[in-house]
Amino acid sequence: MITLLMAMIRESLAIQHERDLVYCRNRVKEVAVKMGMGIVNQTKLITATSEIARNMLIYGGGGIVRLEVIIRGKQEGIQLVFEDKGPGIADIQKAMQDGFTTGRTLGMGLPGAKRLVNEFAIQSTLGQGTTVKILKWKNG
Amino acid sequence: MEKIPILKMGKFLLVTIQVDLYDRLALTLEEDLIEMVYKTGSRGVLIDISALSIVDSFMGKIIGNIAGMSSIMDAETVVVGMQPAVAITLIELGLPLAGVHTALNVEKGMALLESRISSDPDDNAADGDD
Repeated sequence: MITLLMAMIRESLAIQHERDLVYCRNRVKEVAVKMGMGIVNQTKLITATSEIARNMLIYGGGGIVRLEVIIRGKQEGIQLVFEDKGPGIADIQKAMQDGFTTGRTLGMGLPGAKRLVNEFAIQSTLGQGTTVKILKWKNG
Repeated sequence: MEKIPILKMGKFLLVTIQVDLYDRLALTLEEDLIEMVYKTGSRGVLIDISALSIVDSFMGKIIGNIAGMSSIMDAETVVVGMQPAVAITLIELGLPLAGVHTALNVEKGMALLESRISSDPDDNAADGDD
C-alpha cells in the first residue's frame, strides 16, 4: 500500500532562484524519508541534487526538476531529471572532469554528483539546453 | 535581510548554523565573519554545522574560504559537529575540506582552538595536534 502511494509521487519543481534550491533539497528529503531511505543515501542524493540544481541555475539560467519515485522489480528509488533551456555544455567530457569549471563554482558538481548516485545520464545540445538524469535506489 | 548570528566568546567567535544555508546567506556569513575577526581581533572561529543535513561543494568552498581568510588574519578556524552521513558524502563528492580543522563537538573544538593558540609561539608545535 505504501509502495503504491509512493509510486504516485511524480512532480515538477521550478528552479529560478537560490531559494528554490533549498525548497528542492527539502522536497527530495521529504520523499526520501517517506520511502525509508537510509540517512547516508539520503544525504548523498540531496547533495547530488543540490550540485546539479545549482549548476542548472548558474549555467543554465534555471529550469525544471522532475521528481519521480521509480519501482524496478524489488527496488525502489528516486529519480530526478533536471532540464534547462540554457546555452548547453560545449564539451561534456570536460564538464565531467573533477575541477573543470567555466565559472565561479569549484568544478566538483557534475563529477561529484555522479559518484553519489546509482545512475547518472547527461545530455546537452548547444543553444538548446541540458538534461541531467539521476537515480538513487533506496538501498543502493 | 536574514543573517546568521556570530557570537563573541572571549578570544573566539562562535557561529551555529541552524537554518538551511542558501548561497547568498553563506556568502554573507563569510563576509560578516571576516569583518568580525578584524574588528574584534579574535584568534579563533568555531563553526557548528551539526544542524546541517548536507554540505555541498558551494558550502564546502565557503567553509574553506572562511578558514583561509581567517588564517591570513591570524585566526584559526574549527568546524565542529559534522554529521557522519555528511562526512561520508563530502569525501565521495571529492571535497576533503583540506586545511580546515575539525572537531567532534563545540567543547572539543574550543579545546582545539585553545591548544592551537597557546602553542602559537613555537611554530612547529602548532601542526602536531591534528
